[in-house]
Amino acid sequence: MTEPRTTTTWDGNEAAADVAYRLNEVISIYPITPASPMGEHADAWASRGRANLWGDVPHVVEMQSEGGAAGAVHGALQAGALTTTFTASQGLLLMIPNLYKIAGELTPAVIHIAARTIATHALSIFGDHSDVYAARQTGFGMLASGSVQEAHDFALIAHAASLNSRVPFLHFFDGFRTSHEVAWTDRLSDDVLRALVDDEAIAAHRARALTPDRPAVRGTAQNPDAFFQAREAINPYYEDCVGHIEQAMADLAGLTGRTYRPFDYVGHPDADRVVVLMGSGAEAVDETVEWLLAQGERVGVVKVRLYRPFSAAHLLASIPSSVRSIGVLDRSKEPGAPGEPLYLDVVCALHEARMAGTSPLQHDPAVVGGRYGLSSKEFTPAMVIGIFEELAQQRPKNHFTVGIHDDISHTSLPWDEDLTIEPDDVMRAVFFGLGSDGTVGANKNTIKIIGEQTDNYAQGYFVYDSKKSGAVTISHLRFGPRPIRSTYLIRRARFVGVHQFVFLDRYDVLAYAEPGAVFLLNSPHPADEVWDHLPAEVQRGIIDKGLRFFVIDAYRVAREADMGRRINTVMQTCFFAISGVLPRDEALDHIKQSIRKTYARKGEEIVLMNFEAVDATLAHLHEVAVPTEVTTDRCRPPIVSPAAPDFVQRVTSVLLAGEGDRLPVSAFPPDGTWPTATSQWEKRSIAQTLPIWDPAICIQCNRCVGVCPHSAIRAKVAPPEAFEGAPEGFRSMAYKATEYKDQTYTIQIAPDDCTGCTLCAKICPAKDKSNPRHRALDMEPALEHMEAERASFDFFLGLPEVDRTTVRRRNKESQFLRPLFEYPGACSGCGETPYIRLLTQLFGDRMLIANATGCSSIYGGNLPTTPYAVDAQGRGPAWSNSLFEDNAEFGLGFRLAVEQVTRFAQRLVREQAGRIGSNLVDALLLAYPTTEAGLAEQRARVVQLREILAGFGDAAAAQLSQVADYLVPKSVWIIGGDGWAYDIGYGGLDHVLASGEDVNILVLDTEVYSNTGGQASKATPLGAVAKFAAAGKGIGKKDLGMLAMAYGNVYVAQIALGAKDTQTYAALTEAESYPGTSLVIAYSHCIAHGFDLANGLEQQRKAMLTGYWPLYRFDPRRRDDGKPLLKLDSGAPKLKLREFAYNEARFGMLLKSHPQRAADLMKAAQEQIDRRYATYQALSRVVPTDDESR
Amino acid sequence: MDLSTTYMGIELPNPLVGGPSPISDHVDASRRLEDAGASALVMHSLFMEQILREQQALADLDAHSHSNAEASSYLAEPTDFALGPEEYLEQVTRLKSALSIPVIGSLNGTHSGRWTRYARLIEEAGADGLELNVYYVPLSGDEGPMEVEQRYLDILESVKAQVTIPVAMKLPHFFSAPVHMMKRLDAAGADALVLFNPLYQPELDIEQLEVRPERPLSDPGSMKQRVLWLAAAFEKVSCSLAITGGVHTPTDLIKSMMAGADIAQMTSALLIHGPDYAIKMLTGVREWMAEFEYESIRQMRGSMSLARTPDPEAYERANYLKSLNTWHPGSALR
Repeated sequence: MTEPRTTTTWDGNEAAADVAYRLNEVISIYPITPASPMGEHADAWASRGRANLWGDVPHVVEMQSEGGAAGAVHGALQAGALTTTFTASQGLLLMIPNLYKIAGELTPAVIHIAARTIATHALSIFGDHSDVYAARQTGFGMLASGSVQEAHDFALIAHAASLNSRVPFLHFFDGFRTSHEVAWTDRLSDDVLRALVDDEAIAAHRARALTPDRPAVRGTAQNPDAFFQAREAINPYYEDCVGHIEQAMADLAGLTGRTYRPFDYVGHPDADRVVVLMGSGAEAVDETVEWLLAQGERVGVVKVRLYRPFSAAHLLASIPSSVRSIGVLDRSKEPGAPGEPLYLDVVCALHEARMAGTSPLQHDPAVVGGRYGLSSKEFTPAMVIGIFEELAQQRPKNHFTVGIHDDISHTSLPWDEDLTIEPDDVMRAVFFGLGSDGTVGANKNTIKIIGEQTDNYAQGYFVYDSKKSGAVTISHLRFGPRPIRSTYLIRRARFVGVHQFVFLDRYDVLAYAEPGAVFLLNSPHPADEVWDHLPAEVQRGIIDKGLRFFVIDAYRVAREADMGRRINTVMQTCFFAISGVLPRDEALDHIKQSIRKTYARKGEEIVLMNFEAVDATLAHLHEVAVPTEVTTDRCRPPIVSPAAPDFVQRVTSVLLAGEGDRLPVSAFPPDGTWPTATSQWEKRSIAQTLPIWDPAICIQCNRCVGVCPHSAIRAKVAPPEAFEGAPEGFRSMAYKATEYKDQTYTIQIAPDDCTGCTLCAKICPAKDKSNPRHRALDMEPALEHMEAERASFDFFLGLPEVDRTTVRRRNKESQFLRPLFEYPGACSGCGETPYIRLLTQLFGDRMLIANATGCSSIYGGNLPTTPYAVDAQGRGPAWSNSLFEDNAEFGLGFRLAVEQVTRFAQRLVREQAGRIGSNLVDALLLAYPTTEAGLAEQRARVVQLREILAGFGDAAAAQLSQVADYLVPKSVWIIGGDGWAYDIGYGGLDHVLASGEDVNILVLDTEVYSNTGGQASKATPLGAVAKFAAAGKGIGKKDLGMLAMAYGNVYVAQIALGAKDTQTYAALTEAESYPGTSLVIAYSHCIAHGFDLANGLEQQRKAMLTGYWPLYRFDPRRRDDGKPLLKLDSGAPKLKLREFAYNEARFGMLLKSHPQRAADLMKAAQEQIDRRYATYQALSRVVPTDDESR
Repeated sequence: MDLSTTYMGIELPNPLVGGPSPISDHVDASRRLEDAGASALVMHSLFMEQILREQQALADLDAHSHSNAEASSYLAEPTDFALGPEEYLEQVTRLKSALSIPVIGSLNGTHSGRWTRYARLIEEAGADGLELNVYYVPLSGDEGPMEVEQRYLDILESVKAQVTIPVAMKLPHFFSAPVHMMKRLDAAGADALVLFNPLYQPELDIEQLEVRPERPLSDPGSMKQRVLWLAAAFEKVSCSLAITGGVHTPTDLIKSMMAGADIAQMTSALLIHGPDYAIKMLTGVREWMAEFEYESIRQMRGSMSLARTPDPEAYERANYLKSLNTWHPGSALR
């Protein structure tokens, strides 16, 4: 008998975590995209006291890495608890050693995986099976889900079968495509869970627990006489495992009516062509097979559910005996292998059956393997049809690819890019929004409403660009009468909503619209005027496709309802009003109900504001009378400037246009090496307001330049004649200080690159004495200044750069140096990027950067464009990201290589000294330049050396010439966030600190894992709320600086740019000059702190004044002068911690949710601050003894 | 000796009422005040801006939600979040259950709007009365006196329509015709008028060119202005009258009563000396009454008002002339 249905909308992560949570007692977690939400849900549920199936709240523990999480899982399992974890990609790789152990010990457990690409030539957060394939040899069973419903159901099947079989399981589903797809799903009741999970199996697990009451030893070391036989002793468990999976599937079917088999076949009973695959792609194939069957084709698909243990018998039984050709699809690539894993498994199964004479197949089918969908590459029905067409060939192509155009190895299959098979009764809608405008949230809400209020099935999938500020989101929503198997993006929509008018100039939004579709535009122009503001391509698209065109000024409606720039409710109301998915009044009621549900906890005022917006929307929504002719010749501007280099024109601009799928294989570097300095070609123009400079007031302090997170405001000094021909409106003034006497000074913004974060205007100390509201920098509406500032910025870029050798080593003058890090896609007002910008100004032309994975690797290295830049000589930072956990070691490797090659170059110089000339050789070898002038001289010597070497023309000369640049010192920087430095990378960091090697480590400390969404790290302070620390962190932040100081020979500094920029400058230059290991910990405000980052610098100042973030420098060189090594750069705390902390939601939230705990933790934190200051103060007075200072 | 009085229709054993201060944030301190003899407690205000700002801030936390593939949010979703208004309402209930004296809620805002519904919520939470604190400083120059007055009337009307408990209006001192305004509010249904709201005063930082608002605690000198308008309003309005600001000693309280107040709210003095200071106050009042043979507070109430004082001119222009005549320019130079 089937259970009554309980349905819900959620994504694959929540669907899987919901079962995992109910079936476990210990949950060990660590954040990694795209699996983090599973851990976040578990942590949030536990903090609210939600019970598992047995009435207990599971113990959720955050570890320092996935390796740590797996260790804790192993331990908890051995001690008898039902235990789980969640992970993906590199996280799964870090778990592999424990996976062998857990499986080797026949320990029932399930680990849930949002399958994600493993980093190779590049990191990718998106989905494929390279991670789970890398764990297929561990002995874990593997169960593959292809949809949100399956992620929920298979979570249970895996747990039930694992308990019964003792084989642990990886339950995996496709990262993003399933983990983040929101879908209407049947929810399993506790009763169903109880029915499938065998109490006796749990009791048996408990009975195997390590306990001194029944002592046993496990984890012995075995020798050649024993190991092999013992390893083979597990075979019966694996043989029985398939039966346990079948049983669990049958039990589930009996209770829910949803039927699964280890290999599910869908298609013609006498199919001649069959595709075999697993994961979400199988749904797209299923849908296509149904369509092809209707066309009379004899095709089918085998969906692999149980991948390990691999049952050849079950596979063969699932394939129609009539089959003549089989295509096996793998979502992975194993270079150099005879084929990808699933292909090899299928070939092996068929071969063995043939050898044994047990094959049920009538023919000896052709079997070919193909790769698809790497890193979430689209996999569409048109591609599936392309595969079936290939399988119909006499000799189908083997080891093919599909979904890309491979013009190098010619592996790719062709497909009809215009073909779609989606039925007419499915409503398809696409929405373009900005990350900050609430579009995605509103669409998730819409799916809930439609799922709950109609008989439709609903699906939502959300695509984000790679920027953190001004990110563009595209929402793909489907609603239809049948379960939706379309695991690919919408290509032809019946509704296209564009929530930002500026997108019309940037994207071909109407490419998504099918003929007769509805086009809704958020427009500042009224219905009777908007037409003339559309670019020609959009006008043409509307006319040619016969679109119905609606406009609303959503910002006006939102503003009038006191909702600021939040237009989500307005646009959602428009969608329901026009689309007809629900009767209009009914829809509005449901929107209001869901508003109440969403915002009730956030206050009635917000609810009422949203209600007002809903009510006001319809009066402002108008249909536009579409003319019959295009009435403008204004076309969309080019994606990048015609001045951009060839690679940017050919490749980057296509990626920027969102059309990267069109680029062929030959367009791409094969080894992940890309040109730098490309962010300058991506003009995003996202600022609503721009800082406008008034030279009449400016005091030329350059602080605005120093704090800009985006290198979008710059200062120059140049001879007056350089300013001749300046465009109208270009502002400049005589330079006041003595060092550039008689030169002219200017401050200039990059108007298309500024994000409008206001930090420069906030830091500006120059006020008009008659009208102090006016400063030397005022934020003014961008539209009024854009054109003039563009012309000025173009002119500014052409002004000569300052001669580096003339720049005095001071904070202010350093800001005349050209930043070699510009326009990163970091959050507007980011607290990290100003430090990196400053580093590149000071050392960028001789800098190697090892960058830990995290925010700084994403804004530093995420395509399409990257921010590290080059100077006029073509020099600039060389940057690489290896992994999250190994960054310190990775950077140490840079230094070791640089030193080794430098020594090699020096040896070659010595060997060829006779013919080079002793004067030059002595100068080259003796120089250890520490100043810009010294560096320039050494570079000039290298030029001279090369000229001399060119005259010899032999191999020895060529060898030296190649490495001659290493005679100029290099500056190695190891950069990463606190998640790396305090947690996952700490072991390596500690080792590098102990090495004494000349590397510089910059920790951008946001006190949480920012990139994955604000999870607590060991840098999270006492009393702050973070994910995985929902009740406020109960222990204090690790004092990383103190740990490093304990070595005695490490330069250590703690800095905060907003608190004291001169100290920041001093610390970074000292760290770089220190001939050993340096560690600089930089306070970085972050959106995860929960306050308006416009106040970031002021908060940094308060962090210092309260003693929350003391500034100091610990320089072992002071020992030689007999001075204390530690120098405190900030005084005794002047303010109470609360005066800093309660400006931020991370602290303030606790005050609201747990007031007593907040008060207790605040008291403890204050005491800790006072104690720490006293300790630092005492240390700062310790004078080295004579012995030490020798 | 009878110290009882009636305020907004509520019978009180004496006229000493705890004014709005952080004392009402703490049940223990409030109980001490009750034990020391205060006859009622006015809570500190729930601010319109606080209601909006907190909810806005919470909504703003969503500003970065769903904007990046790697993170759908950046802060832990709060559990059981108690917002300022909710905390306030809970505190009303807590005080009501801990105290036996009447508890008067207070709501602060500058215009009628959605926030006034908190008046009903404060009533539902158990408050015995409500003080409406309309702190509006008409700095723009665009609003005339009639429009400013109308704000007060609109807010009063909006709140009175939502509650059945008595409502007091706390007033600023800067109306063109304060007594006329008090009469209008009386006619519009105010159950009491509270004189006066302290004005936040700017401190100018002449180096940073910044303005910092300051709210000094009242001193006994603050009282005289209030006494003037109490004396003027007595018997011209039918509702209760209260003084707030400057009542620091027993004689201050007696003066207030004689000018026409039904109660005196004490805030600064209690913050300076602690809640137990109420004992000293009431003892002092009793001793004074005994010494001068007063039987009750009601007996003295309004005795020095404009309507009853033997020398009404002393409150008016004559008073001004008298002051001028006694001022000697040379005294400042000596």
